[in-house]
Amino acid sequence: MQRRSKIIDADRIAVRFSGDSGDGMQLTGSLFSLTTAAFGNDISTFPDFPADIRAPQGTISGVSGFQVHFGKGVCTPGDLTDVLVAMNPAALKANVNYMSPGGTIIMDVDNFDKKNLEKAGYLTNDPIIEDKLQGFNIVKAPITSLSQECTKDLKLDRKSILRSKNMYALGLINWMFNRPIDYTRKYIRHKFSHKPDVMEANLRILETGFNYGNIIQAGTPSYHITTSEPQKGFYRNLSGNKAVAWGFLLAADKSGLQLFLGSYPITPSTEILQELAGRKDLGVKVFQAEDEIAAISSAIGASYAGALGITNTSGPGLSLKSEALGLAVMAEVPLVVVNVQRGGPSTGLPTKTEQSDLMQALYGRNGESPLVVMAASTPVNCFDYAFYASKIALEHMIPVILLTDSFLANGSQQWKVPEEGDFPTIDIPRSQQEPGKFLPYLRNPEKLNRDWVRPGMEGYEHRIGSLEKDADTGAVSHDGPNHEIMVKLRQEKLNRVANFIPPLSVEGNPGAEVLVVGWGSTYGHLHTAIEELNTEGNEIAFAIFNYINPLPKNTEDILKKYKTIIVCELNMGQFATWLRNHFPKLNYIQYNKVQGLPFTIKELKEFFKKSLEEQR
Amino acid sequence: MNNPHTIIQKEEFKSSQNVRWCPGCGDHAILNSVQKAMAELNLKREEVVVVSGIGCSSRFTYYMNTFGFHTIHGRGSAIASGVKIANPDLKVWQITGDGDALAIGGNHFIHTIRRNIDLNIILFNNQIYGLTKGQFSPTSRRGFISKTSPFGTIEHPFRPGELAIGARGNFFARSMDRKPNLCTEIFKEAAQHKGTSIVEVLQNCVIYNDKTHEELTHKEEKHDRTIILKHGEPMIFGKNRDKGLILDGMQLKVVKIGENGLTESDLLVHDAECQDSTLHLKLANMEYPEFPVALGVIRKVKAPVYDQEVINQIERLQSTSTIKTFRDLAIEGDVWEVE
Repeated sequence: MQRRSKIIDADRIAVRFSGDSGDGMQLTGSLFSLTTAAFGNDISTFPDFPADIRAPQGTISGVSGFQVHFGKGVCTPGDLTDVLVAMNPAALKANVNYMSPGGTIIMDVDNFDKKNLEKAGYLTNDPIIEDKLQGFNIVKAPITSLSQECTKDLKLDRKSILRSKNMYALGLINWMFNRPIDYTRKYIRHKFSHKPDVMEANLRILETGFNYGNIIQAGTPSYHITTSEPQKGFYRNLSGNKAVAWGFLLAADKSGLQLFLGSYPITPSTEILQELAGRKDLGVKVFQAEDEIAAISSAIGASYAGALGITNTSGPGLSLKSEALGLAVMAEVPLVVVNVQRGGPSTGLPTKTEQSDLMQALYGRNGESPLVVMAASTPVNCFDYAFYASKIALEHMIPVILLTDSFLANGSQQWKVPEEGDFPTIDIPRSQQEPGKFLPYLRNPEKLNRDWVRPGMEGYEHRIGSLEKDADTGAVSHDGPNHEIMVKLRQEKLNRVANFIPPLSVEGNPGAEVLVVGWGSTYGHLHTAIEELNTEGNEIAFAIFNYINPLPKNTEDILKKYKTIIVCELNMGQFATWLRNHFPKLNYIQYNKVQGLPFTIKELKEFFKKSLEEQR
Repeated sequence: MNNPHTIIQKEEFKSSQNVRWCPGCGDHAILNSVQKAMAELNLKREEVVVVSGIGCSSRFTYYMNTFGFHTIHGRGSAIASGVKIANPDLKVWQITGDGDALAIGGNHFIHTIRRNIDLNIILFNNQIYGLTKGQFSPTSRRGFISKTSPFGTIEHPFRPGELAIGARGNFFARSMDRKPNLCTEIFKEAAQHKGTSIVEVLQNCVIYNDKTHEELTHKEEKHDRTIILKHGEPMIFGKNRDKGLILDGMQLKVVKIGENGLTESDLLVHDAECQDSTLHLKLANMEYPEFPVALGVIRKVKAPVYDQEVINQIERLQSTSTIKTFRDLAIEGDVWEVE
């Protein structure tokens, strides 16, 4: 190995592949993520693709990006980009403000011609001077021309070759980080096994990119990134949406029930439907309904018939499901609704992230209609919470809304495949009542759930429905005092779920005076900001909520230890309102953001520091 | 079928709840006919699920001593679809009305039919909203005066048969609350049909739309105003069985046997099992006084059944896939091992 001009050591690095939406950046990013995760890095990825399927080529609105943050102790996809691959001027323009100082920019110089520069909005022919990029390592790589050059003897049209140039960027990045390209080679051979010419072109372009690093290394930095020491076991890369789908598969497996998904496609939740639609081999029944209402209604019907009934959606879809959710509350059937939140109200920002459906999940139904609300906090723990949402729904005979969001859904991390015993059993509340004397609303004294009896069981024929029931017999009842008893029973049944969920725990510096609180997908950014602040000599505590209704039983005991509680969320203060409602005497500060984007660690640290100073 | 056990078995389908429809309501007779049909089909109570939405007809669920799910307005078809797909062994009946199925639940109604899920849907058509006390419905005749149309409706009504056939329905039949024996026969045939069956029952709301079907139930004239279609039999009707239907060009035409040398053999013979729905649609759309209103099974054709197709697909994939358990899936593909 020859001497390299610059070797950068780092614990974590964020690389962003960015280009036109047709440039294959999502694939390039995914392949690099897999390679580096298998190498021993923690990873966190986030794709950033345009809302339009085919936005105008070469323009900023058509830029598609994929960021992978890797190294040791990685919890977010990274605020800023350390290494940017810009396949055209628009990709540079779109990302230049999110570069970390002194970072590296790799440009496909072949695409930086006058026409493309103009399309991207550059006024001159020199973006480096125009954007003041002199402080960055600039690598001007002739990606397009070298891709064409190395494949000119193949009988392939120009379009096919240009479609493969993303492999060049991948080869070069693999060289920069000393990552082997074997995995990518294997992928290419498999994917193009029926198109030998295309396979050959991709392999050659990949190698050319890799070798380009060797050739011009004097001008290219290379990186040494700390690896973590993972536990023994099998690992893979998993996105939040896929993790949700798989969590349900495990729940079906553990409960011995058939999984039934009723669903209607909606961004950014659709991958859950797609993933489970492909799992007929595991016996999953997937019903793509005519609308959101039929989606949840069919899931309720399936649950009534004895399956694990689930449905997935996003904000506007949850609005449509409200009435049927009320039915699930009233009929007391198990049901899980996954709401992958996006920017609202109305159609809002379909591809952007937000946490603004919390109040809708908690309250968005007619009548006194309590149900369980929980939230996943990392892409891979979407798996865990989909499993636990199912367990609660089935064991307590109650509907559960699981909140994730666009950020979790599309982000991915390395995931350790669970071993036998990592997850508990699910015990269905089968009826112990005598046949012929079945009372549908007789309750388990501990959890207050009713028995789950499926049609087909002789001697257990009964009628349930959306009308109020007599608390004793389960027959229809319009009696006022009975209604009050039932309203209180349904609430108490929900409250008792708190006896079966883990307590709230505090990380960071638990003895501090200030507690930062978040819920759901903000975990990674909050955790990293708190960790850095404590390392820098500040004292600050942090707690993340995954269970929102009911709250963990020790919530008040923990919150009241702190002089100030900073509630951070990607909405205008919905969780803060929920906490104030429960524990009105405590001192809350809010940090809110509604820009369709996650928090940045930088902005969080600045706000927390300022709050700490104000405390003194 | 004169089974000596029929009476007892029919009683077994009655729940302990008091039936609370208005005295004289057509629903009582339909309930009775359904219970009779189930008994004659020898159904087990535990394998029957009755699903309903909201409305007078939807209270039906509570009066059946089977499994029952009284749900929310318009969503009965969607909920029943979930029940049937999750457990195709169940006999799933949906009870609905002209408001529940054709207004608020119109979307679920047509898509359920299109998918051909094996549900028996009985649509009580009284052309009025009864439970909300007298507003016009999607089947009320143009000009109908009700509490919300004091000057007469200005909208076209749906014809349930036309809608069902338009949604590519494979089974459509029509009966009347006043014809309990015909109801029972049709319900049985619908239950035995594999796929979505729609049975429209012309039903009288004694309080808010009394005598809406009077012209078809008129004691003297009813035989001249309705025709009971039977598969394989000529389309003949009338008190004296002297009228019939023929095709004149592309149009149906009422003729009198004996006039212009017409004999019974000139009449159309009903073919309910014909794939082409053109004639079925014409028959379903016949309205009095130009035509007799068609009763009986108008269309009954075989087609792939959704809930069975789901199982077929699962079985096919399970026999070929290497993924047998969740664990197989989790460690398949792009996985690396740390040792």
